[in-house]
Amino acid sequence: MKIITGSDLRTGDVIWWTGEGWSRHVNDAVEAGEHAEAIIARENAKQIVTDTQVIEATRTDDGVRPAHIKDRIRALGPTVRLDLSLKPADTDAGTWVI
Amino acid sequence: MVEQTLRFRDDEPVGDPAVTVDAFADQSNATAVRIEPGDDARALLPHLDRLALVEVNFPAYTDGRGYSAARILREHGYAGELRAVGDVLLDQLSHMRRCGFDSFAPNQAISAQAAEKAFATWPEVYQKTVDGRPAIWAKRHPA
Amino acid sequence: MYQYDQYDQAMVDARVAEFRDQVERRLAGDISEDQFKPLRLKNGLYLQLHAYMLRVAIPYGTLSSRQMRMLGDIADKYDRGYGHFTTRQNIQYNWIKLQDAPDILADLASVEMHAIQTSGNCIRNTTSDQFAGAAADELVDPRPYAELLRQWSTFHPEFDYLPRKFKIAIIGSETDRAAMKLHDIGIQLVQNDAGEIGCKFYVGGGMGRTPMIAPVIGDFVPPLQMISYLEACLRVYNRYGRRDNKYKARIKILVHEIGADEYRRQVEEEFKHILTLGLEPPAAELERIKGFFEQPGFDANASDELDLSDPDFALWVDQNVHAHKQPGYAIVNISLKPVGGIPGDATADQIRLMADLALEHSFDELRVTHAQNIVLPHVKKADLYGLWQKLDEAGLASANLDLIGDIIACPGLDYCALANARSIPVAQKISERFADLGRQRELGELKLKISGCINACGHHHAGHIGILGVDRKGVENYQLLLGGCEGADTSLGTITGPGFNEDGIVDAVEKATDVYLAKRAEGERFVDTFRRIGMAPFKEAIYAKETANG
Repeated sequence: MKIITGSDLRTGDVIWWTGEGWSRHVNDAVEAGEHAEAIIARENAKQIVTDTQVIEATRTDDGVRPAHIKDRIRALGPTVRLDLSLKPADTDAGTWVI
Repeated sequence: MVEQTLRFRDDEPVGDPAVTVDAFADQSNATAVRIEPGDDARALLPHLDRLALVEVNFPAYTDGRGYSAARILREHGYAGELRAVGDVLLDQLSHMRRCGFDSFAPNQAISAQAAEKAFATWPEVYQKTVDGRPAIWAKRHPA
Repeated sequence: MYQYDQYDQAMVDARVAEFRDQVERRLAGDISEDQFKPLRLKNGLYLQLHAYMLRVAIPYGTLSSRQMRMLGDIADKYDRGYGHFTTRQNIQYNWIKLQDAPDILADLASVEMHAIQTSGNCIRNTTSDQFAGAAADELVDPRPYAELLRQWSTFHPEFDYLPRKFKIAIIGSETDRAAMKLHDIGIQLVQNDAGEIGCKFYVGGGMGRTPMIAPVIGDFVPPLQMISYLEACLRVYNRYGRRDNKYKARIKILVHEIGADEYRRQVEEEFKHILTLGLEPPAAELERIKGFFEQPGFDANASDELDLSDPDFALWVDQNVHAHKQPGYAIVNISLKPVGGIPGDATADQIRLMADLALEHSFDELRVTHAQNIVLPHVKKADLYGLWQKLDEAGLASANLDLIGDIIACPGLDYCALANARSIPVAQKISERFADLGRQRELGELKLKISGCINACGHHHAGHIGILGVDRKGVENYQLLLGGCEGADTSLGTITGPGFNEDGIVDAVEKATDVYLAKRAEGERFVDTFRRIGMAPFKEAIYAKETANG
């Protein structure tokens, strides 16, 4: 699948397009479909999101998994500071990015 | 296309079209020339007294060669109009002025008011250049 | 230390106001991201993998305790309680909000600091010897010259849109502790036969994709012509450096392509012209700046006696404490490389503690090193034991300076948008593999440097052992380099062969150290043995197939 990601203009937070808005959780990401470019253009114009792009991902039993390791690290947080990641309680969370 | 030129000189603008550096070498009566980033501004030095306008083109604001070209001309005594043209943005105006530009023909119009504000960005300057502003070190050690 | 006057303060204040205006225009939608990006980059504000990252300049790596404390407070107030000291003697915060950035710059300006030109194709923060003003082998204190350079390079109107970024280092000792020859310009202050001081200019060094050691361009430039000579060097580069290919745009490529002799000829011609323009600050300005760097009020009766009966303390003194030019004093290196830690990271509390210790024990001064450690430059030997105890309590007494545990690592793919592979986990695993300090000391001086991409922020080309992370079809892969070195005998590392995965690279490093232990001659460092015996024995050991009986 193709999903849309970007960064919150004000906070820099990693965000994912949910079909209706933006979420910090990659599992909320939806197939962008053929209108991805139009969605990006519209959302960029609102001046709330920046650095938007369409990336490859797959839907697995665990949720949405971006194809590239860089995007998986964006989705989780720094693997060397899991306490600051989106899964601070999961000491094994880093293995998901590999 | 009518381009808006911001001009900070008191003399009359030159009407002649600017020719390329190569063409200028062949035309003994040309008074206006246009420098592209790859041109050597030093080629103009023997002809400074017959020049009234030098345009320095910035095809992209990130190409900073024009700053050196401008300074070289001023350092060798060029007193005519020195115009920055092309991808000239508000946030570059102050540095361009410091390098000797005294007119600007940006692709995207800049208001005179915004330009004046940009020139006033730095209350002081650390370097002596060609704009006559005293460097901070000169203020610290008045002659 | 240098202190701002009203002019310096006016400049940083103006910058804060300018950036506040730019951020407001961006948040209001008045300017696009394309227009805004270069403006924020000129203030060191990047968009990284998880948030904005702010890189704060620490001019020539020198800080007062008040400034250091502010760095800790910013980490708490605007970030997540820590900061990362970089290989360019700066500090980076990883979790910055755009809307906070102007306030952070204002806080920095209140302690005479800024983030000016910490990114972009301009002259970056000048780096220097972390032992400046304290080292026993120092000829001239480089800091006044570095401050002169800071002022000259700040908002230089001609050199703000160079072909590529531009990094200058300046040193005043025979020993090069700043990797000076691997900079766009390295300046070494030297003395001629007549006893006069001059600047020896090395131009066109660098790491990155095409590492090069800088050739000497100017043998002996008088200090009061240093700025004019720099103007000439930069102008030739600005006019003729390549702009057609980002990877060939650094000055090293220009010097390499036209040759050092031709580059020198062009610089000399430009220099002759520039000397007629009166651009050089007067001698009185250099003297004024020198006044801020006078020797602190050392106790002339301070004793060189040291009680080394505590073995852990003795180890730390032996490894991390360096000779000072003043009898009774020492230079203390605080390692930010605990076993399993993140190289260069320090918590807000640790930063403030180091600030307090500097105030109490080091005449209010700290330094950041390009090896991502902190230095207290002027500590009375009598204070060392008490200081060590306080550092130890805070996890800051790792006695591993210049050992294999003292790893340089860039942030890598855990944080950096440019990275191809993670650096930090590799550093952590290696430091854990070699956790035993006795084993580290047995290996002796061994500089291990890790970069997560070809840009080489982790200086892998200059590591006795270097590691480069690459992306091999979406999987992290690590290349091993041996034989790099910085300093007087600067050399560039050579790749051993095929790369490894994360665990494989740790094993390969260990095998390389085994070869060294087996083959070394008396007094040889790892890199010396490598130079003597060459790559072959290392390669053989590293790539040997495991046999059934091990």
